[in-house]
Formats: sequence, C-alpha cells, structure tokens
Amino acid sequence: MTPIVRSLMSQLPLMRSCKEVTALLIAREDRVLPLTERVGLRMHMVLCRACPRFERQVLTMRNAMKQWRNYTGDD
Amino acid sequence: MTNPIPDFEHQVAEQRPYLLKFARLQLRNETWAEDAVSDALLAALARPQAFQARSQLRTWLVGILKHKVIDILRQHKREVILSANDDDADADPLDDFAFHRDGHFIEPPADWGHPDQELSQRQFMAVLDACTDKLPPVQGRLFLMREWLELSSEDICKELNLTPTNLYVQLHRARLRLRECLELHWFART
Repeated sequence: MTPIVRSLMSQLPLMRSCKEVTALLIAREDRVLPLTERVGLRMHMVLCRACPRFERQVLTMRNAMKQWRNYTGDD
Repeated sequence: MTNPIPDFEHQVAEQRPYLLKFARLQLRNETWAEDAVSDALLAALARPQAFQARSQLRTWLVGILKHKVIDILRQHKREVILSANDDDADADPLDDFAFHRDGHFIEPPADWGHPDQELSQRQFMAVLDACTDKLPPVQGRLFLMREWLELSSEDICKELNLTPTNLYVQLHRARLRLRECLELHWFART
C-alpha cells in the first residue's frame, strides 16, 4: 500500500487500519459484527492487498476445522 | 451363529482411544476425560438398539461423548475458565505481525495458496491436532467448545457464566495462536 493511499485511508470515516481489520476478521469467526464494523471492513478490503491474504488464511482455518471435526481417520 | 451383543461391545470398546483423544483435547484434564469417555461408553452399551447400523459407529459415539463432555464442563464450570498460570494474559497475539505505527502491515501475511485439496491429508490433521493441543488450557477449552462442540458464543457464555468480552479475548488469542502454529508447521514447510 502506498503512503498516499494509507494516509487517505486513515482520513476516511469508518476506515480501519490493517491491525483493526485483522482483529475484526478473527472476531467475525465468533460473533456477528455490527454494521459499522462490517462497512469499515469492506472499505478496507477493497483498497488493501495485505488483508485479503489474512482473510484467506482465516477462511482456510475455518475450512480446516470443519474437516478436522468430521475427520475419522482410516477405518 | 455368533452372538451380536458381545461383538457390539467389542466394537464400541475399540473406539475408546479415539474418543479419549477428543475428550482430552476438549477437557484438558485426564480425570475428566476418562470420566466423560466412560460415561459415553456405558451409555452406548446400555442402549445398543439406539445405534442405526447405517451410520458410522464412531460418529454415533462421538455424538454421545459430546453430551457427556458438556455435562462435565457444566459441573466444573469454574475450573474450566480458571487458568492457573495464564502465561499470555497481557500479550497481544497480533504482535506476531509487524504493523506500522498507523496500524498498516509492514510485511503482508503469507500467501497460503489454495490448500483445499491437501487439507484432508492425514499429516495435516496430525499438525492440526498438535497445534490445537498446544493451546493453553483455557483457550483450548473455549476454542474447542466453538469448533468441536459447535456451541454458539452465547451458549458458551451461558454455560460457563463468562462475559462475552472475556470469551472473545480468549478465542481471539486461540485463533491467532493456531494460525501461527499452522503457518510454522504446515504452510511454511519447504
């Protein structure tokens, strides 16, 4: 992310930093995010290249836990 | 002709190690885990007619075990969330990442690629078991209540008299720890 985009992002209302977005992406696994947080998250994800990677990691983990839960090993 | 009942007993008893693995991961207490598994096995043997041969024996037993585990979590609710040595009470697990002062990533998270195909591999499940096992007891219990018992956050708070904030902090730490462990032991391997 270029410094210009970053400074722009920090000035928009509702816009969240990567650190905040990372926390929200984790929180989303356990609770429903309020609307303002969801909006801030979406706005950030459109502009950021790093956070979508983190989101993919979280989704991979979600999928992995689901498979783990149903994994019975070799019978 | 063989008697089907002893055969059933034998098959049920064979599942004990598998059930114990989950009970241990969830309860983090050897006595509780043994109790939960014994209760589950006794309940299963007491009503063999409840088992539908069409479903997998293992799946049926895990279902019974989950109920017994929840009973034990209820009985010990205070101890379940009491951490004797909460080693990372003040640590922010997000510190594993480097952020600029304005909260943006210095180094973006690693690209894990598309591991969907390989996730079902036995080795990956072993890594996931090990990473889950490495979570501190309280974090591990709460995390597995979400991911193994599949309880909602609201239900967990109710069962354990826990405030939502408290629960979310613990789950947040557990998930970030698990992420780091998986990255280290699975995704970063060459």
